[in-house]
Amino acid sequence: MQLFRSHVLVCGGTNCTFANSEKIIAAFDKNLVENKLENEVKIVQTGCFGLCEEGPIIVIYPEGTMYFKVDVKDVQEIVQEHLLKGRLVSRLLQQSSEAVEGEYAIEKSSFFKKQMRVALRNCGVINPELIDEYIAFDGYKALGKALTEMKPMEIIKTIKDSGLRGRGGGGFPTGTKWEFAAKQDNEQKYICCNADEGDPGAFMDRSVLEGDPHSVIEAMAIAGYAIGANYGFIYVRAEYPIAVKRLQIAIDQAKAYGLLGDNILDTGFKFDLEIRLGAGAFVCGEETALMTSIEGKRGEPRVRPPFPAVKGLWQKPTILNNVETLANIPVIMLKGSEWFASMGTEKSKGTKVFAVGGKINNTGLIEIPMGTTLREVIYDIGGGIPDGKKFKAAQTGGPSGGCIPASHIDTPIDYESLIELGAMMGSGGLIVMDEDTCMVDIAKFFLEFTVDESCGKCNPCRLGTRRMMEMLDKITKGKGVMSDLDELENLAKDIKASSLCALGQTAPNPILSTLRYFRDEYEAHIRDHKCPAGSCKALLAYEVIEEKCVSCGLCAKNCPVNAITGSKKEKIPFVIDQDICIKCNVCFEKCPAEAIKK
Amino acid sequence: MKTLAELEAIRKRTFDEIGMRAHTDYTRVVVGMATCGIAAGAREVMNAFVSEIQKRDIADVNVSATGCVGVCRLEPIVDVIDKDGKKVTYVHMTPEKVAKVVLEHLANGKICLEYTLQEEE
Amino acid sequence: MNRNASGCMKKDGKDHLVEEIIARHKNSNGALIPVLHEVQDLYGYLPAEAQAKVAKEMNVPISEVFGVISFYSHFALKPKGKFKISICMGTACYVKGAGPILDKLKENLAIGIGETTADGQFTLEECRCLGACGLAPVLTVNGKVYGRLTKDDVTGIIDDCKRDEEEIVQ
Repeated sequence: MQLFRSHVLVCGGTNCTFANSEKIIAAFDKNLVENKLENEVKIVQTGCFGLCEEGPIIVIYPEGTMYFKVDVKDVQEIVQEHLLKGRLVSRLLQQSSEAVEGEYAIEKSSFFKKQMRVALRNCGVINPELIDEYIAFDGYKALGKALTEMKPMEIIKTIKDSGLRGRGGGGFPTGTKWEFAAKQDNEQKYICCNADEGDPGAFMDRSVLEGDPHSVIEAMAIAGYAIGANYGFIYVRAEYPIAVKRLQIAIDQAKAYGLLGDNILDTGFKFDLEIRLGAGAFVCGEETALMTSIEGKRGEPRVRPPFPAVKGLWQKPTILNNVETLANIPVIMLKGSEWFASMGTEKSKGTKVFAVGGKINNTGLIEIPMGTTLREVIYDIGGGIPDGKKFKAAQTGGPSGGCIPASHIDTPIDYESLIELGAMMGSGGLIVMDEDTCMVDIAKFFLEFTVDESCGKCNPCRLGTRRMMEMLDKITKGKGVMSDLDELENLAKDIKASSLCALGQTAPNPILSTLRYFRDEYEAHIRDHKCPAGSCKALLAYEVIEEKCVSCGLCAKNCPVNAITGSKKEKIPFVIDQDICIKCNVCFEKCPAEAIKK
Repeated sequence: MKTLAELEAIRKRTFDEIGMRAHTDYTRVVVGMATCGIAAGAREVMNAFVSEIQKRDIADVNVSATGCVGVCRLEPIVDVIDKDGKKVTYVHMTPEKVAKVVLEHLANGKICLEYTLQEEE
Repeated sequence: MNRNASGCMKKDGKDHLVEEIIARHKNSNGALIPVLHEVQDLYGYLPAEAQAKVAKEMNVPISEVFGVISFYSHFALKPKGKFKISICMGTACYVKGAGPILDKLKENLAIGIGETTADGQFTLEECRCLGACGLAPVLTVNGKVYGRLTKDDVTGIIDDCKRDEEEIVQ
């Protein structure tokens, strides 16, 4: 064994990899050799730290110093200064005003202070491609405990008592689901993992798969033992190549160690699993559609009941759990249900991972105890809204969810409170919107998505979503009439009530929720032909405010269609010809005197 | 196929290697590694700490580098900071002295007074 | 046979590779989709003759094979351009201005979404969230990522591709 005095962890999550983290690793290797440090310092590629906005990120232990937006050309300085001489490279530290002198350690930054990492416990700590590092942090201990010390029903009781609910969106109690399947008398049962993370703006599950794939594998084996299944499938999006690769490496390593296969840990228990790639169909995130897809068919949902726990994959009892749900299982097994139930609110226990994005300073991945307020998420962890703009709403649950308006910013986040607000927990995408975001346009954006992704099996969803989108399109173009709003609302309620699967049942949510909180914006589009956020192009009219205009001519010079005329010399005021203007926004952006209004 | 005992052995061995990432409370050995320190042999001192600690299998000790403290004539300088934050500074360190500090101070909690900074007459 | 797949009927000697793929999945349940993934990796898309081959070897009706292919957006019936530009239309990218970037791409390339330029150089696609929300808005060119974009970057990216192409030619 070789002991290194220092470990340099380089984020290998998708965001940071896209931002060149692999080249950074290569540069470290080279610089360490040049400085003869290769036997003292170890470079580790690890999973996502969560602060994607600031990537690529590296963390140096034992100090826990975190460097942000590291470039290949910064590596030499980090090696020379930090690793060789022990001096901080201060320009790469977080430029936050809150950074306290001397407190550069990762866990002390404001981004991490209010977080609690359970599902993400190993992300950014271990090398996901080395099973030994997972084992070092108590990996596969829970499986050992389950197989040697516990009966299946005891495991199910532990999960039930913990209060763990499905993290994929619905929030169904995980232990109860397992119990249904366990009670089925059938020789062949299956465990499936839903890693078909489809909500736009959500990447929680991918980060777990990339940063800690073994936790999912271990949990699936435990679930298999608990319900009496010996085979599992992990259904992953084909768009996640890094996750797929690491998952396959993890499965191979687990097989080599005998943690998958026949006679696991010499207990006689047999469990094996394989990866199935999705092929770009959002509806396959729905449980019955996902199973139909694994069977090799068009991924259309089925009527429930019978529920998958009774008749699922190939008509056999099947359990489908989401990635994050599974990542919680090994910890609950080791620390106990009481520990888990001590976190969170009355009906929502534990923590939840969110992918926070949109108009927010710290875009990234966070894990918070249930019951944390939206304000804490946006301002304490997320660092607030960029450019001093005003917070307008947060969208959770993607195309199935809804908006939480600024007036409800102090609501504690849990399953029940979000449903009450007309939003939903969803899988964990949380998109922040500021005053420049048009809520009608956002509703239209989500409807375009569901229209595209509707599988076409049932009428309410196939036809209804399209009708709703057409009405929204009309409104954003200023051609709506007031009665459209009531019609839209009625249609939305009908689709909710009559669609076959969750995709259709939840597709109207973005409309219902924006109508509930931002009806005035819809009305402004219809009655005044104005988009209050200044985002719907068809309703914009760019004008020069004469009193503010300094006659610099920059707008006219940059206008791509020569729609602006005027002259400083001849004192002709600048005006925009509405017939020529293509509303490209260039004049608005270029004006130094804020003299263009829209 | 691995048994539970083998898994435990892997766990212990790997944790010793990577446990520094677990943020528990550690005794810290901090070696001055500015240009003057390195010129005076700080690298050798630091490596000696790492290998001695490993040899004696002492848990909960981190070795890290720091910058110049401004007393170049005393280099290599090493601070040992225990879990309560109490600091002992050793000066003019050599790999030979390191072996003794590791054995007496880190393993047995006895400060090696003879290597600490003596007030000059 | 379907209309979409016409024009790519030429023989190409990859038949035995398709057979190999199918043989490897012979014992697995529900293997049609994994097989189609690998066949598409082989050709870059799913030509009609490959669809027929898969149907025959796997003993499923060709209608079912086509049904599966047309259901999933990942499977392509037409060959793609040399440079595949995919713009992320996830919520984070959308909120941060992917729309104007897409408009600019359409204008510069004079094609719509899902289309390929007449010279076979560029294909423009929308893609679902890449999960690179920290770099939003994002687009990829043959998998290479361009992040934190503005619409002014579009021309430069297209020029990059054209330059790469010239270097290859030379």
